[in-house]
Formats: sequence, C-alpha cells, structure tokens
Amino acid sequence: MIATIALRELRSMFLSPLAWVVLAVTQAVLAWVFLSQIEVFFSIQAQLTTMTNAPGVTDLVVAPLLEIASIILLMVSPLLTMRLISEEHQNGTFSLLLSAPVSITQITLGKYLGIILFYILFIAMISLMPLSLTMGTDLDLGKLAAGLLGLFLLLSAFAAAGLFLSSLTTSPVVAAVSTFGLLLLLWILDKSGGSGNADNVFTYLALTSHILPMLRGIINSADISYFVLFVTTFLLLTIRQMDARRLQQ
Amino acid sequence: MSLISVKNLVRYYGNYCAVDDISFTLQAGDILGFLGPNGAGKSTTMQILSGNLAPSEGEILINGIDLLDHPKQAKASIGYLPEVPPLYKEMTVDEYLYYCAKLHNIRKIEIRDTVDLARKRCGLADIGKRLIGNLSKGYQQRVGIAQAILHSPKIIILDEPTVGLDPNQIREIRELIAELGKEHGIILCTHILPEVQAVCNRVQIINEGKLVYEADKDQLLNNQETNSYEVRLLNPPSINDLSNIDNVNNVERLHDNTFLVHMDENSADSLTRAAVENNWGLNKLAPYKQTLEQIFVELTLGEADSAAETATSDEGQNL
Repeated sequence: MIATIALRELRSMFLSPLAWVVLAVTQAVLAWVFLSQIEVFFSIQAQLTTMTNAPGVTDLVVAPLLEIASIILLMVSPLLTMRLISEEHQNGTFSLLLSAPVSITQITLGKYLGIILFYILFIAMISLMPLSLTMGTDLDLGKLAAGLLGLFLLLSAFAAAGLFLSSLTTSPVVAAVSTFGLLLLLWILDKSGGSGNADNVFTYLALTSHILPMLRGIINSADISYFVLFVTTFLLLTIRQMDARRLQQ
Repeated sequence: MSLISVKNLVRYYGNYCAVDDISFTLQAGDILGFLGPNGAGKSTTMQILSGNLAPSEGEILINGIDLLDHPKQAKASIGYLPEVPPLYKEMTVDEYLYYCAKLHNIRKIEIRDTVDLARKRCGLADIGKRLIGNLSKGYQQRVGIAQAILHSPKIIILDEPTVGLDPNQIREIRELIAELGKEHGIILCTHILPEVQAVCNRVQIINEGKLVYEADKDQLLNNQETNSYEVRLLNPPSINDLSNIDNVNNVERLHDNTFLVHMDENSADSLTRAAVENNWGLNKLAPYKQTLEQIFVELTLGEADSAAETATSDEGQNL
C-alpha cells in the first residue's frame, strides 16, 4: 500500500514540468561548478606535486561540488516537496486516500517514500559528474560514497521537513516558502558567533555542522543519528497533524 | 444487520454545531435520499461516514464494524464520491482507476477486469487513455462515480453526483444509480428534489444539523391518500354554502376560485353532486397531496403558509 502511494507520487512528479526543470537547472549549474573546479585543479596541479600529503582530486573537485550541490538542493527541495499534501487538500483529492482502507501512517510513509525515490534519482544524476573522472584518474571512492551518503541524509531531512510543512497548509506556495525559511534557518544556525553553551546547542541543531564533515568524507555516527532523529520527528509530526486535521477542519 | 447504523452523531466546527444528534440506519437495497438546504450538514455527515472527518460524538457502525475503532476494515466496504470528485487531473482515466483499485487492495489479477467493468458501467469504455484534466465536467463526474463503485463496496455514498451535468447526463447517472441500488446500499445526498423522487426509496430531510423528516417512498405515496381535495369552481358559492354540503368537514380558500375542502370520508361524491346541481362550474377536482417539495419547504423554512404557496405554484401538476 505504501509502495502504491509512493509510486503514484513519483509518477506525478514526472508528469509535471517542475521536476524536469529542477533536475535540468541543477544539473546545468553543477556542470559549471564542476568544470571550474577542474580548471582550478589543473592550475594548481604543478604546486601540488611538490607538496607532501597533498589533497587529491576528490578533495579539490568532488567535495566542493557536493557542497555547492547541497546548497542548491536546499533551495530546490522546498519546490519539490511543497505540493505533497497541500495540493491534495487544495484539489480535494485527499478524500480519495482518506476514504480508502489506508491508515494515515501509510499515507505519510507512502508520500515520503515517493519523494525519497525521486531524491535517490536526483543524487544518482549528481554523482555522474564525479564518476566521470574515473575515466582519467583514480578517485577516492570511499570519500565519494561518504559524500553521497551525506547528500542522501540531507535530502531525507529536507523531504521530511517539507512534508510536514506541506501538511500544515492548503497552499503549495505557503508550504514552499515556510519550508525554505525553516531549512535556511537550520542551515545558518551555527553562524551565531560567540562560544557559550547556547552556541553549542545551536551548533548541534544546525544542519551544516552535521553535513559538511560528511561531504568531505568523514562519517560520524552522531551525525547519522542527527538525521535519523530529524526525519523521525518530522514524520511523526506529519502523522499527528493529519490526524488532528480530521478533528478540526 | 443494517449496512450503516449511526447513533447520536454530533459534529462541531468550533462552537458551531453542524450536525446535531443524528441517528439513522441504511439497509441493504436501500437508496436513501439525504435532503437538505445548503449548509444543513449534509456534506459534513457524508464526510464523517466516509472517514474524512472525525465526529465530535456518536457511534458509526459500517457493516457492523465500528468506523472509529477499526477504520481500515470499515472503510473497505465504502465507496465515496465527495462533492468535488477526487481526481488527479494529470493522470489518464485508466491510470487513475488502476491506482484506486490498488488502494482498495484489489488483487492484481482482478484489477483489469474490475476497472473494465467499472468503466463500462459508467460509460467510460472508450476514454480510458484520455487525461482526466481534459475531460468535460460530466465525464469527470463519471470517473468519480467509477472510482466509488470500483471495488463493489456494500455502501456507496454519493454527494451531489449530478451537479453541473446536462439533462441527458443527469438521466444516465440516475439510471446508473437505480441499477447500482439493486446490489448496493446507496446514500444519495442532494438538494435536487426530483432526483430523490426519481431514484430513492427512502427519504430523510436534514435541516440545521437535525433530522427533521424521515419516510419510505411508499409512506410518501400513501401519505397522499387524503380526505382533502383541491377544488376550483368558476362560479363559486360562499364558503358557508360549501361547508354545508354533506360530509364536508372544513373549507379553506386557497385563492380566488380555488378551495381546499376537507371531507369526512375518502370520496368527493357529495361535493361533486352539489357542484353539478348548482352549476358552480366545477373546473378542477384533485386530491390534495403533500409533495416532497412542500414537505421540504415546510420543514426547512418553518413557515405555515409556505405549504399553501407551493401548492398553488404547483397547480395542475396533481391533475
């Protein structure tokens, strides 16, 4: 049942031009970044050979690429998640799910899985550019895998937050703007300056402090649990919100 | 066992009570007309029955299963067409119906036959490949109905299924509803009275959240066997003269030449005889029936004279 809902969600993403445009634009921007990073690498290649323990192509090309990708995804993810639930309320299609023998939890997980499938595709496309380097050089595949895992966890978090905010409103635009606001806030939360205890809390809550190490190839179980907690929290909130909606309205 | 049994259903929107202590049942083979003016609580009741809204109080048994305790099992025997058909405009008719079939746990090997049957019944046989968004309102409505009957549920709830359709389509849909009524229990929610008279065998009227009228169709018809007659006389005598005829109990003047005569027995012989003998110019003699429309207006407007008003506006219909 969850898979049925997820697959319909995935299909309908590709039936609207939005998903295609987002994929295309992201790919175009990343291609530019990729090429300019390679350019930089070539220009400093001579100096690198003289250094001991010099950073490799993975550190100088792939890591920056994934960092830029994470910022682009921060901006486009709200556009992809905004219509998940709000649009169904707007068009009255939600009653199809509510009157079918399906539980709210199944609906939530189905919707979430649908967008995650799309994001897996998204990450696969992003990974093609770094992988193309393997034709000419030796990549640190471990670091690349760590970076892609980080990107996946980040997108899972984006999707969960987007799903929840989409369940709060009947207007996709409102959902997009509020999702973007929330994600951006979490992104810059550790930039508060100072070094008190409160700052530690902010640093812990910020997405950046958990994602940047992973994009550079460091996998830390604390970071992974952060994302698991993040996703679980927002999924539970979504289920609660949809249950409560049947009561209020 | 009744298909639906609703007990003391209450639903509040904030402080506003949209549904106030409603109880009713739906038996197999019933086509129940659920009538009411706009904003009376019809759609709210339907949304609650289909599990889209939670009731504030009350108990709902669907096919013997409590909707609130076991929503999944209970919902399996319901097909619901909301006021706005829940259609994904970007899908084709076939894609949509296949999706609905999967949502209702229809087994994979049966899906194709199920969808074909539903499409045939709703007159959608030729348009399976078309996008729902490109269909006319009438066809979209049919896709909505196809979705509701797809899994042959025991109970079908249709919320204003003929709104926005042309007269031919309305007739087709009514025929479809009548046909479906042979196998399923149907609740037809509407404010179009002829629709109810055409297809329903039970009628309920809801007003301001309360059930104010309930009757079988037979009852509705039998109700019409009255001792009262609507009489039009071209040369009317005084009301006193009319009242003095044998067996006449009471006379009211509806307007100019038209009278409402209440007899003591179920026959207008004495009245007719008197009219002929005295050359009153008997022009119309009809049993005075309370139509569904009169009952509806009377109950939902609550005005005593409204019945008389509609009676005269319907003049001739009863002949």
